[in-house]
Amino acid sequence: MTKISIDPITRLEGHGKIEIFLNDEGDVANTYFQVPELRGFERFCVGRPVEEMPLLTNRICGVCPEAHHMAAAKAADAVYKVDPPPAAKKLRELLYSGFYFTDHTTHFYALGGPDFVMGPDAPVAERNILGVIHKVGLEIGGQVIQARKYGHHIVEIIGGRKVHPCTSIPGGLTKGITEEQRREIEKMGRWAIEFAQFSLKLFNDIVLGNPAYLDLILGDIYTHRTYYIGTVDANNKVNFYDGQVSVVDPDGKRLGKYRPHEYTEWIAEHVEPWTYLKFPYLKKVGWKGFVDGKDSGVYCATPLSRLNAADGMATPRAQEEYEKFYATLGGKPVHQRLATHWARLIELLYAAERIVELATDPEIASPKVHTVPTEKPTEGVGIVEAPRGTLTHHYWTDERGLLTRVNLIVGTTNNYAPMSMSIKKAAQAFIKKGVVVSEGILNRVEMAFRPYDPCLGCATHSLPGQMPLQVTIRDARGEVVDVLRQHC
Amino acid sequence: MSTNGSKPKFAMYWAASCGGCEIAVLNIGEKILDVDANFDVVFWPVAMDAKYKDVEAMEDGSITLCLFNGGIRNDENEHVARLLRRKSKILVAFGSCATEGCIPGLANLSRPQEVLDTAFSTISTDNPQGVRPIFDYAAPEGHIHIPVFQPRVRTLDQVVPVDYFMPGCPPESHQIAAVVDLVIQALHGQAELPPPGATLGAGPSTCCDECPRQRNVKAIKQFVRIQDLETIDPTLCLLEQGIPCNGPATRSGCGALCPKAGAQCIGCYGPAEGVVDYGARLITAFASVIDATDPAEIERILDGIPDPAGQFYRFNLARSLLRAGKSAWSPR
Repeated sequence: MTKISIDPITRLEGHGKIEIFLNDEGDVANTYFQVPELRGFERFCVGRPVEEMPLLTNRICGVCPEAHHMAAAKAADAVYKVDPPPAAKKLRELLYSGFYFTDHTTHFYALGGPDFVMGPDAPVAERNILGVIHKVGLEIGGQVIQARKYGHHIVEIIGGRKVHPCTSIPGGLTKGITEEQRREIEKMGRWAIEFAQFSLKLFNDIVLGNPAYLDLILGDIYTHRTYYIGTVDANNKVNFYDGQVSVVDPDGKRLGKYRPHEYTEWIAEHVEPWTYLKFPYLKKVGWKGFVDGKDSGVYCATPLSRLNAADGMATPRAQEEYEKFYATLGGKPVHQRLATHWARLIELLYAAERIVELATDPEIASPKVHTVPTEKPTEGVGIVEAPRGTLTHHYWTDERGLLTRVNLIVGTTNNYAPMSMSIKKAAQAFIKKGVVVSEGILNRVEMAFRPYDPCLGCATHSLPGQMPLQVTIRDARGEVVDVLRQHC
Repeated sequence: MSTNGSKPKFAMYWAASCGGCEIAVLNIGEKILDVDANFDVVFWPVAMDAKYKDVEAMEDGSITLCLFNGGIRNDENEHVARLLRRKSKILVAFGSCATEGCIPGLANLSRPQEVLDTAFSTISTDNPQGVRPIFDYAAPEGHIHIPVFQPRVRTLDQVVPVDYFMPGCPPESHQIAAVVDLVIQALHGQAELPPPGATLGAGPSTCCDECPRQRNVKAIKQFVRIQDLETIDPTLCLLEQGIPCNGPATRSGCGALCPKAGAQCIGCYGPAEGVVDYGARLITAFASVIDATDPAEIERILDGIPDPAGQFYRFNLARSLLRAGKSAWSPR
């Protein structure tokens, strides 16, 4: 049997690996997407004081430490059954909105966008952020840098640091913000709304105005009919920081909503022996293997999933875009994975609008940002929406608040099964009867992967915005017969 | 990125790490252009394309500067560490994981099997057969491999000789920029690099020396948990408020970011200059502020530190004199 190893994406080197096996007819027999890393946070956090979890679990991911910081803080609140003052909760959400703004900007302009802005058939050398800048204009490069800076600055003002924020504690925050800082954040937020609207217009002009791109989005290769999950507020609108997790089936029907402490009734994790990462699935439906459809518990948790699982957006401009999204793509739910890039931009606009909403909230600069816990610490679950999926932290402590047990279901992990399926589907489409369509497989496997923005080993944001792939084709004796490269 | 072969070669690599070091480097902003102007970037997984085998094909010692972040957790991390040592003139242990093991080094309090067992038997894990990762797995279609999980987390210099150390979780961007400047000047003969083994990108004293908070009495009657304080005084030393702040043992360099934001220093810049064992120094520092002479009273005050192993070795266990907890070595 022939084995093809895709040593994926330089930026994931040492953190992700794809093996493709062909059968005797030369068609794809199976694919394995392996995650070769484990650090063991669930073990070594045991014994630590629960108030340190927002600091310790930051170190799970240096790309999205804000997500772990918030999930940990909320789980620690729950352990003490303490409700932070309104200003503390709003400040946490404001920090988190700033983080989303930065993270989604980076993904769209450096990673996902170039495929669309330049077109999937543009020369490889142009399908990167530099190509985007050349096509759209030089000033956009400066604006992208500005957008990232602003988002990080909001994180730093509230969280104390640019990377690994330090101010969330059980019951709230170690400090509030001043009126001057509030004004500064508001100003950045207003700029952010304009930037997000510009980004959507760019997508609109270049992608939606071109039938060929629309066909690509709506094509079957990138479509999986799965369940979707995402956090919603009391009105079933998308929320990143708080609410209940909504679950919808492949027909778009809501299966139910769960509160953080109910997650084990809904989510379980399947284990395979060939990888360090687990495969979450919907417990009520069951694990049926790497297949989509209504009978398979495989679900997805991405920007697209959040839109599918909600009834709309909580801010006016984002809501308008939400309606346009479903009107254009033929109603809910949207299963086409490439639409995730568009969904991400709608979330970018929501994050920007939310920054302004929160920064202009009359109590946001209140000095009252902490409630002293009075209950005995026991057990608690904290859930936030990480950009790459629903993030769950579950802690058990002794009566001193020292951890006795920890369970973590991390953003990207949610999408491990659907990502594996997307890779297999792309491989099957472009490897037939032993003929490997070189440009096809490299480009299309890459495009199958990208919408999920995988953060395996927290390693996704690539500077040049390219996804280098190398496919090594070996015969049954293990001899290399061909090496295909892209961006390498 | 330039591929002009005439310039000095630069490499950066992540082993068992979170990616925060890479973000910190990207956050140096326009200084990144100086790196590009002065170096030929030959290997940097987050930013450009090159594979292990491209590095293997290079001449030994041909990489002028290599920043290596992440600890050594599995055999692949170790393999790349040895490879980059061989190929690099100047190998820098970059960030807390590479210099001292960082938070993941706390895994050294457990046996490796316990780490795997915990991860694959959590409350949400559906694993009735007790499946564990198999390093060389015979799939129906053929063999596939994942790296072998090693007995404990090691720092880079516990695996290969290291020329310089840059502490921080992550190293602060202004410190990275200053080190980049220094190396560029040295390459042009305008500055001298410090002697091998030196710490770069950090100060010579402690976090306390950079902290604007006031220190008065230097004596405490009790330690408190930060969430139990009604209010955190914004100007008074956190340790004097009873919060177990690691500032006195921790190297300067970050600008006391956490204490400025009302949060205790947790020690991410590692031991201050000349300190052999971080935990021993911090224990001494805490002991010196305890305002009691009666052994029972001292005992009571120390009980206010609920997790001594984590408190004293949060970032530094893998590098400390202890290296690992007793349980990590005990037989099953």
